[in-house]
Amino acid sequence: MKSYIEPEFIVERDDQKCIRCKVCINQCTYDTHYYDPEDDVIRSRDENCVNCHRCVVFCPTKAITIKRNTTRYTENWHWTQEVITAIKKQAESGGVILTGMGCDKPHYTYWDKILLNASQVTNPSIDPLREPMELRTFLGPKPDKLELELENGDVVLKTKLSPQLCVETPILFAAMSYGAVSFNVHLALARAAAQFGTLMNTGEGGLDKRLYKYGDHIIVQVASGRFGVSLDYLNVGAAIEIKIGQGAKPGIGGHLPGEKVTVEISRTRMIPVGTDALSPAPHHDIYSIEDLHQLIYALKEATDYIKPVGVKIAAVHNSAAIASGMVRAGADFIVLDGVRGSTGAAPKVIRDNVGIPIELALASVDQRLREEGIRNKTSIIVSGGIRGSADIVKAIALGADAVYIGTAALVAIGCTLCQKCYTGKCPWGIATTDPWISKRVNPDIAARRLVNLLQAWSLEIKEMMGGMGINSIESLRGNRSQLRGVGLTDTELKILGIKMAGE
Amino acid sequence: MNFTTLLNNPYNDDKVIDACGLFGMMDLTGRCFGSKDPIKAISNMRERGNGLGGGFAIYGLYPEHKDDYAFHIMYLNTEAKEKVERLLSQNFDVVEAEEMPTNPKANVWNPPLIWRYFLQPKKSAVKGQQDDEYVFYNVMRINTESDGAFVFSSGKNMGVFKGVGFPEDIAEYFCLDEYEGYLWVCHGRFPTNTPGWWGGAHPFSILDWVVVHNGELSSYGANRRFLEMYGYHCTMQTDTEVMVYALDLLVRRHKLPMEVAAKILAPPLWIEIDTMEPSKKEVYTALRQCYGSLLMNGPFTIIAARTGEMIGLTDRIKLRPLTAGIKGDLLFLSSEESAIRAVAPNLDKVWSPRGGELVIGRLKTIRAPEIVAPEVGRSRAI
Ligand code: SF4
Ligand code: SF4
Repeated sequence: MKSYIEPEFIVERDDQKCIRCKVCINQCTYDTHYYDPEDDVIRSRDENCVNCHRCVVFCPTKAITIKRNTTRYTENWHWTQEVITAIKKQAESGGVILTGMGCDKPHYTYWDKILLNASQVTNPSIDPLREPMELRTFLGPKPDKLELELENGDVVLKTKLSPQLCVETPILFAAMSYGAVSFNVHLALARAAAQFGTLMNTGEGGLDKRLYKYGDHIIVQVASGRFGVSLDYLNVGAAIEIKIGQGAKPGIGGHLPGEKVTVEISRTRMIPVGTDALSPAPHHDIYSIEDLHQLIYALKEATDYIKPVGVKIAAVHNSAAIASGMVRAGADFIVLDGVRGSTGAAPKVIRDNVGIPIELALASVDQRLREEGIRNKTSIIVSGGIRGSADIVKAIALGADAVYIGTAALVAIGCTLCQKCYTGKCPWGIATTDPWISKRVNPDIAARRLVNLLQAWSLEIKEMMGGMGINSIESLRGNRSQLRGVGLTDTELKILGIKMAGE
Repeated sequence: MNFTTLLNNPYNDDKVIDACGLFGMMDLTGRCFGSKDPIKAISNMRERGNGLGGGFAIYGLYPEHKDDYAFHIMYLNTEAKEKVERLLSQNFDVVEAEEMPTNPKANVWNPPLIWRYFLQPKKSAVKGQQDDEYVFYNVMRINTESDGAFVFSSGKNMGVFKGVGFPEDIAEYFCLDEYEGYLWVCHGRFPTNTPGWWGGAHPFSILDWVVVHNGELSSYGANRRFLEMYGYHCTMQTDTEVMVYALDLLVRRHKLPMEVAAKILAPPLWIEIDTMEPSKKEVYTALRQCYGSLLMNGPFTIIAARTGEMIGLTDRIKLRPLTAGIKGDLLFLSSEESAIRAVAPNLDKVWSPRGGELVIGRLKTIRAPEIVAPEVGRSRAI
């Protein structure tokens, strides 16, 4: 069938600059570039280009520019280019349209409608270059009160706290499975987490034995497919996270195509080489909150109650009520993943239309847990499109204990959000299991880039806290007085629990 | 609280910001003394106030009613008074009720009607609850439910007097020269961003607790939302209010020693905690894990008191001043040494406590050097 789909991008090459080194040909995993020996020129197949910028960055003479194809269908606000292209694609393929990374639709990003406070005369700002700023965060349930006793004049703690995770910055690396991303990415995340004093999350694909030595800085995930879940796996992590839902695809299971299941992936996931790894949409042993309670306690029992067990859900309409149930079922931390959450592969229609913004989910969950008097019994981690330190500060002021970053971590490694992760041919060597392409991520360099990002954002968080006259992150947590909304309706302000700017 | 918008807080500011002068004076033997020295000392720091708030708390005030809860209530309208008095007579045995004696000639601004009641919880109503908890519940109820009334003092054998004016004007208005106590806490207010209003003046008080404060808490939102989970409603919309509720929660309800509570409000930095010996580190870590939301961030100095005890505390990086002095059996705490010297020129000892260092005076226990509370977890008597 002749395809009616036109190229999205046009590759332009300055022939004067091009030295025919063929780097672009080697770098492009989509066969966009080719050499024409007759004319001794490099040409491009524009229809293959995904705008990943790999060739742009690696071309030694900076000869390549990629432009959006300006040929458009007749302008129509309702029948947009995207809609028409999607219909044509489906008319040609008969299938679900897949995509990678997070929702790119112009739903509100509430972070951009929230502004922060700053100290002025009566409450001086604190200079983080001269004064200490504390970002250390503990994740896990806290008792409502502490019992202390005096023994021979010493104060002795009688209350035994539940296991806590200690992170030196409120930023953790989100769940990205080995299989969805390459081993080198996992290694870089683990190393960076260990070096900075935070945590990475295995995602649902298990943990390669080579990474067991970083176990103190790893949250191991238990998802519906139970891939890679063994007693060793559970015991090696600092915490366990049960994944119920994911922001990019609430209510949808996972699918790692057989081609991506290499020998190493098969060993880690504990499935045969070349078989599709299908994680079902529901856990087939969880059909109620009591079932979740049983799984939480089964995992706690299996690991001697020495590590926190959390539960991750996608932010949806009734997140607050669900979160309350999760806490009562024993979740030591809860993870809320908003509509901007990313993925290696999801049906585009789900990614773009299911879920709610994380800002609203967080605000209502934190408020609900407080009203029920159970906020201490859990920590809240939010994720789903956290783009920078300002988003993090606003999230913590709204009520989060910490955030997970996924997309941002990948961008630090090189990802350009081309949204083609599901092809397994990520030109940056990130979302792939192809051994040849995977080598593009040098774990040493990637870890350094990740540590730099954590450091940069932590410094910025300290600057913002200092500007608000706060020198310890616990005084920011849930401190909604430090936030004001701009351009929001009364209902939005009410849900966010913040005042309008000027109030 | 709706009435805060009625006439005294027309801009409905969500928190009232203060600079302020603080002064506290306690006779550690429990001997009662009059208002002369406290008024002289606080007036000496006149430039720390601007006439928009002054207040006093006195302990050992009502010996003839020492077992009754003494409620001081401000009324902004007569309906509020009727409503509150109905509630009081339903839930308490009213031992005595009278309008607060005042001097109308004093230079104060727009005083509300102020009454005082000596109360006993109705035994039939208390039902297993502790008296303090019962009184606490009723105070919260009056402050949240009755538009135009609030209880600004509710302890036994102590009382708060406060309003809009310079401290000496407030003292004159409430005829404080007629009272005696063994512990006086005084406050002269400089609300920089708001007009003063009677409810917003210091001290803030719940049950036996009193706090005067200089500073502004940038952690207010976090503190308030944490306290709300324990039934504390911050109706005065003033950041000092969270301080008094935090002390009540930690010391009265959770039964933590005062020294420990101070380490929650102004904890050591993690770099200090990390170098502590293991058992001490465990205690400090647990305190921050559990009570991190009560860390008071931003500049503050407080003088707080309860029966038999006066404390001084600043934030951990000491953004506001505090001076302590001792003369014989008297312990002084003040924003400025000059205020102490004004009433006790020759001090036995005078010092400036470090940031986060608790100064504590207890009836009949101390001698001078021990008055700075030892570190929590170190061998010592509490
Ligand atoms: S990488 Fe650049 S210089 Fe090399 S062949 Fe491609 S366009 Fe030419
Ligand atoms: S991970 Fe790779 S494939 Fe996925 S969006 Fe980023 S660059 Fe594209």
